[in-house]
Amino acid sequence: MAGGQIEKLVKYKSTVKDPGTPGFLRIREGMLLFVPNDPKSDSKLKVLTQNIKSQKYTKEGSNKPPWLNLTNKQAKSHIFEFENYPDMHACRDFITKALAKCEEEPNKSVVSTSSEQLSIKELELRFKLLRENSELQRLHKQFVESKVLTEDEFWATRKKLLGKDSIRKSKQQLGLKSMMVSGIKPSTDGRTNRVTFNLTPEIIFQIFAEKPAVRQAFINYVPSKMTEKDFWTKYFRAEYLYSTKNTAVAAAEAAEDEELAVFLKPDEILARETRHKIRRVDPTLDMEADQGDDYTHLMDHGIQRDGTMDVVEPQNDQFKRSLLQDLNRHAAVVLEGRSIDVESEDTRIVAEALTRVKQVSKADGETTKDANQERLERMSRVAGMEDLQAPQNFPLAPLSIKDPRDYFESQQGNVLNVPRGAKGLKRNVHEAYGLLKESILEIRATGLSDPLIKPEVSFEVFSSLTRTIATAKNINGKNPRESFLDRLPKSTKDEVLHHWTSIQELLKHFWSSYPITTTYLHTKVGKLKDAMSNTYSKLEAMKESVQSDLRHQVSLLVRPMQQALDAAFHHYEVDLQRRTAKSGERPNGYV
Amino acid sequence: MPSVVSKQYSDDVSLLVLLLDTNPLFWSTTSITFSQFLSHVLAFLNAVLGLNQLNQVVVIATGYSSCDYIYDSSLTSNHGNLESNGIGMPALFGSLLKKLEDFVTKDEELSKEEVSEDRIPSCLLSGSLSMALCYIQRVFRSGHLHPQPRILCLQGSPDGPEQYVAVMNSIFSAQRLMVPIDSCYIGVQNSAFLQQASYITGGVHHTPKQLDGLFQYLTTIFATDLHSRGFVQLPKPIGVDFRASCFCHKKTIDMGYICSVCLSIFCEHHKKCSTCGSVFGQSKLDDASSVSDKKRKAPST
Repeated sequence: MAGGQIEKLVKYKSTVKDPGTPGFLRIREGMLLFVPNDPKSDSKLKVLTQNIKSQKYTKEGSNKPPWLNLTNKQAKSHIFEFENYPDMHACRDFITKALAKCEEEPNKSVVSTSSEQLSIKELELRFKLLRENSELQRLHKQFVESKVLTEDEFWATRKKLLGKDSIRKSKQQLGLKSMMVSGIKPSTDGRTNRVTFNLTPEIIFQIFAEKPAVRQAFINYVPSKMTEKDFWTKYFRAEYLYSTKNTAVAAAEAAEDEELAVFLKPDEILARETRHKIRRVDPTLDMEADQGDDYTHLMDHGIQRDGTMDVVEPQNDQFKRSLLQDLNRHAAVVLEGRSIDVESEDTRIVAEALTRVKQVSKADGETTKDANQERLERMSRVAGMEDLQAPQNFPLAPLSIKDPRDYFESQQGNVLNVPRGAKGLKRNVHEAYGLLKESILEIRATGLSDPLIKPEVSFEVFSSLTRTIATAKNINGKNPRESFLDRLPKSTKDEVLHHWTSIQELLKHFWSSYPITTTYLHTKVGKLKDAMSNTYSKLEAMKESVQSDLRHQVSLLVRPMQQALDAAFHHYEVDLQRRTAKSGERPNGYV
Repeated sequence: MPSVVSKQYSDDVSLLVLLLDTNPLFWSTTSITFSQFLSHVLAFLNAVLGLNQLNQVVVIATGYSSCDYIYDSSLTSNHGNLESNGIGMPALFGSLLKKLEDFVTKDEELSKEEVSEDRIPSCLLSGSLSMALCYIQRVFRSGHLHPQPRILCLQGSPDGPEQYVAVMNSIFSAQRLMVPIDSCYIGVQNSAFLQQASYITGGVHHTPKQLDGLFQYLTTIFATDLHSRGFVQLPKPIGVDFRASCFCHKKTIDMGYICSVCLSIFCEHHKKCSTCGSVFGQSKLDDASSVSDKKRKAPST
């Protein structure tokens, strides 16, 4: 941004209606200067870019003249009329850059103190939090900018605040749609004889997942034998033929077009896969797959999707497709989920990825000789009957249930009292019990004392109680829910509350730095101690500045803060003494 | 019959569970005799029962080594036996006194066995609090039309720090059940347990200065039912003593070590927490005194 300066001839208007004073606008880094042509006019203007809050401008296409409206932080707006639009755009860009730079600067000074690389996102998050929470901002300003704490230390205890947003970003994997592919109805144009199918990558994925024969055909035919568009046209022609349930036509067309025949045939690959699965299955009660999985050859009842029955000639049997087959295949694929993560638009890539996955799983499943042997052994083992087996003595692990009395008895502990002679105590206790029993007998004999209570005593009690309640009311306010804090003037209340939070922050960092093992911690503790002494003196000053009738209550409020600080100071001094005593022993005086 | 009862049920029906301190070691050292004390208390109970027809009172005696239920106003076996009472005694309390005497005898027997222990002469507050809470829980389960329970603890014995954990557990249970624990402390020292109990459960704590006006204190402050406390001003204490006792020696401390797993409090450094068994980390310094896990518990106003 060095050497950035623009000078333009403009007219300055303070409002829209103002005709405008012609003059000279110079925009420089950090400053904007307007000098009117007429030296006698007094609308000279100097605006610092820091004070500019926002800018507005008229659009080029509109009929308005090129104006640039700058609003400063005091909500005053300055309108500059330029001679032409390019001028206005140049100035506008300049000011945008300057504004961005202004916002950047306070950020930059903070970032440079940290030695780690922070991502932009995290910085944004931090600033968002600071902007939203004024309390946090105040703390931040007080400590980080006065170099008591570094940026990292400040945010280290607030990981929860920072981490919340990132959790939301983890994406969920989308599942497959449960609507079936064959349920996709084409749109028909009433006038012409055309039906239009809409094909999306999602649908392509589903088709390839459900019909491995189609996928194989795609890999084989496209782009060598036909284009993708042709392929899909043929596929949907086959679908259309299926939907018309006209098996005779289907047979005829299959005979003509061999590629179409691929779509019309039952899926060989599927059938092969299920046969494989069946062979792998252990006949000893393994429900993973059975003959029912081969639903392409299921004996169904010939029920079509819309419930009608149909009768079909045997030689065209293979061109029929039943609802059960479709449903079962679709359900199986949906339950498997998405086996690949490829999201590309290219159909070929999708097809190849799916094939690869299927091949891998097939390779895993192939039974080698050893595996077969193992299977046979397992079968014989599982088929054995428990009753006829020899007794197996498994090693027992002993139960370890803790005695709950341990917990309660540990609470008794060793009570360190001044030991009295046990015999003396016994006598004491016996006497005491004797006295007690006498009292009870006495009251049983004489009954309740009459009068129960002397009136003067009663009156005294009443007055003292009333006095207690009255003074409490004066101190705490008439409303029992109102606390003393509300009676303080607002500035004092804010100050007290702010001192609380800042002392908490300081103490948190102070106590966590002990035991001091590195010089970094040592300097940190030193800085914290200075800040704490500062706060202590501020508390004292505040106590004295408050009105006399509130002073006692304020000092009561402030007392625990001072006690906490005192404890911290005490600990610091003790530790320092110990260190200097120890370092006296070492020759090089290392602290 | 139930409809009549529900018509009579108003907002201020209360169940008062009175925990009476019968620690002989305390009563042998006070200015007020036990019989005078009892007469104040019995008159107060009568007054509470007179405030509302459906009020109930339960008295639990807190002894030196045991606790027991002494009196339950909802049982009908109280009435009768007028002859065995003295002249000035209300008929209701005949059985109370008899049971109290039996309890004291039993307590004496029990304390003879464990006299070798040297402990602060405290009463078994944890035991009676638990018994009170059990009774109240039973009342809660008796149906939705029941009196509003509260606990009044009349105690003079000092706190036994070995009961700290048990007492705190009972206090928290009372807080969950929303049962306020009022406490009237007539002893010499301050009782931290009772102050904390009243503070946490929302009850009222008071230390009467004049013990011969005890009846007046009881009826002015402690006879108020829970509904009326919304608009009656009761004296509030200035501060609460929040000190805890350490788990190892039962000393009252205000600065110590805390296990970061189960929050048990210790007065000195241990290698292992005795409550949860977690092992504490090694100290990095040579000297063993300044170690990690130091926290301060400050008494707050």
